[in-house]
Amino acid sequence: MTFIIAVLAMIAFANGTAAAEPAQECDVPEWLISGDNDLTRVANEIKDRHRLDISVVGSGSSVLSGPDGARFAYPAQLEQSLRERLPGNEIKVTAHVPSRQTTADMASGLQKILSDDRPVLVIWQAGTVDALRGVEPEDFRTSLDQGIDAIATAGADVIMMNMQYSPRTESMLGISPYADVMRWVAEQHSIVLFDRLAIMRYWSDVGIFDLYAATKGYAMARRVHECIGRALASQIINAGRLDAGKMQTTP
Amino acid sequence: MAMASPPQAVTSERDLRLDLFRGVALWLIFLDHIPENIVNWFTIRNYGFSDATEIFIFISGYTGAFVYGRTMRERGFVLSSARILRRAWQIYVAHIFLFTIFMAEIAYVAATFDNPLYAEEMKILDFLKQPDVTIFQALLLKFKPVNMDVLPLYIVLLLLFPPTLFLLLRRPNLALAGSAVVYALVWKLDWNLPAYPNGVWFFNPFAWQLLFVFGAWCALGGARRLGGVLRSRIVLAVAIAYLLFAFAITLSWHFESLDRFVPSWLAEWMYPIDKTNLDVLRFAHFLALAIVTVRFLPRHWSGLNSPVLQPAIRCGQHSLEIFCLGVFLAFAGQFIIAESSGGTLLQTAISALGIIIMIATANLISWYKAIEGRSPLSRVTPPDADLAGGEA
Repeated sequence: MTFIIAVLAMIAFANGTAAAEPAQECDVPEWLISGDNDLTRVANEIKDRHRLDISVVGSGSSVLSGPDGARFAYPAQLEQSLRERLPGNEIKVTAHVPSRQTTADMASGLQKILSDDRPVLVIWQAGTVDALRGVEPEDFRTSLDQGIDAIATAGADVIMMNMQYSPRTESMLGISPYADVMRWVAEQHSIVLFDRLAIMRYWSDVGIFDLYAATKGYAMARRVHECIGRALASQIINAGRLDAGKMQTTP
Repeated sequence: MAMASPPQAVTSERDLRLDLFRGVALWLIFLDHIPENIVNWFTIRNYGFSDATEIFIFISGYTGAFVYGRTMRERGFVLSSARILRRAWQIYVAHIFLFTIFMAEIAYVAATFDNPLYAEEMKILDFLKQPDVTIFQALLLKFKPVNMDVLPLYIVLLLLFPPTLFLLLRRPNLALAGSAVVYALVWKLDWNLPAYPNGVWFFNPFAWQLLFVFGAWCALGGARRLGGVLRSRIVLAVAIAYLLFAFAITLSWHFESLDRFVPSWLAEWMYPIDKTNLDVLRFAHFLALAIVTVRFLPRHWSGLNSPVLQPAIRCGQHSLEIFCLGVFLAFAGQFIIAESSGGTLLQTAISALGIIIMIATANLISWYKAIEGRSPLSRVTPPDADLAGGEA
């Protein structure tokens, strides 16, 4: 009995300390969105042609359900954020995000997207469906390699985006082997990784979002996507060195 | 070489170091299985390539050979095999029991958790729509929830153990060489067991058997034959150097800024460090740890009898029960953390509480066994007592 009371007391106490005020801002610390790898094609395109065509290739976690889901999801939010922060440039983000696509599916569909959209930058969100289906990490890696090569051949830059941080499904959905593979692949190809997993974990840790919360409402999901869109825009500006002179990112 | 002559009965006394490290490994496995846990920063997987799983499997092989090897010598192949298979059966039942608890947790989350942000992730619960298939696949050990991969591995290792042990008792070096060949073939031929709904086993039994057989080989006189190697200063220096190297590399995973100091040729050669197939780097890391440990912690070190270490030793002596309890406590702890939205303090409290419950349970089991007169420490135990079935 004392044991149960002790547990309950600890839960109550931990709740009291952990429930921080929801922060208004969701700025991401610099170390989460900086890296050594550049987006040279993006930089040239902005410099020479003042435009940026981006294709987002992904699955269900790149879109929101519900009314006007696509408008609130991060690809649209990214477009808006880039327009605000890179004035005088034409920004276009096209999303190809049918749900249930594995990375192998996406890799084989890339060719068509590359020739249809002619993007300068591909944002490739991967991993979740592969973890759901239990695809072998080695096969996952091969698919990523193929896709990245195809994108490079088409003359575009690429940013890989890993999974969402989802504490409630963590014990059921083993994503870490896939996150590790993406890290290694990014390192080997010297490409930019948008570490959505670490960023969302950071938001959860500092209390910006309560990602454990059960809700049927869209408010939080939309806000998270808006923040992802903004963080992604910051990383593109960082890696494309687009901030020289006129733009300052949040420190 | 002791190739042809069967090794004599190795010392009859239990090596408390094994219990100690197995106990610690069980604690670490528990901590690592709570994903959101500040305390698992302290577990060894953050400081090198190998983790508690290697320790657990090696020691299980060692104690398995120690206990069943004696039975096989004294009572013959059939009886010892029967005991080993009974042990495998017990572990199977324990695994299915844990699976039931896991299903209850999943079903609860499916019924209560909803958030449009995670619409895709929640598809993992789709298998609840087909409980017939899921449960059947779980009984076949093909469907294994996250973090429930160690016991199925252990079951397969035990199923393969009677013939292996038979060979180990007669031609230990040949048996070890055979095990190494199977390990090498895994890398060539991609052997593994199938999993449901897709893919293969997370711990490939054909690769991990190397560690188990190596543990068994050490128990049956191999450790003594390696004595010279273990005492060599050069070997010790190499082991320490390798541990430091692995430590530096693991640091670079956690601190992005250190990553640039890892030369790309090294990264290319080294990554990915494959846990499924027991990467050579992981195996070597375990060996290095073992070499350093054996060197600085002699078998008859007096500290092993100190009360401070008794809790870990007790846990190590009842490894199956404590392992299962640890998996269950990790589920429960994670559940409490999720229900109350985390918190560092809560994570620490749950980690500490979990270990205390593990220790208390181990003591309780010891007490039960003592009143039944079959404690592993009891001197009256006849060599063929249930020690064999109970504690390997």
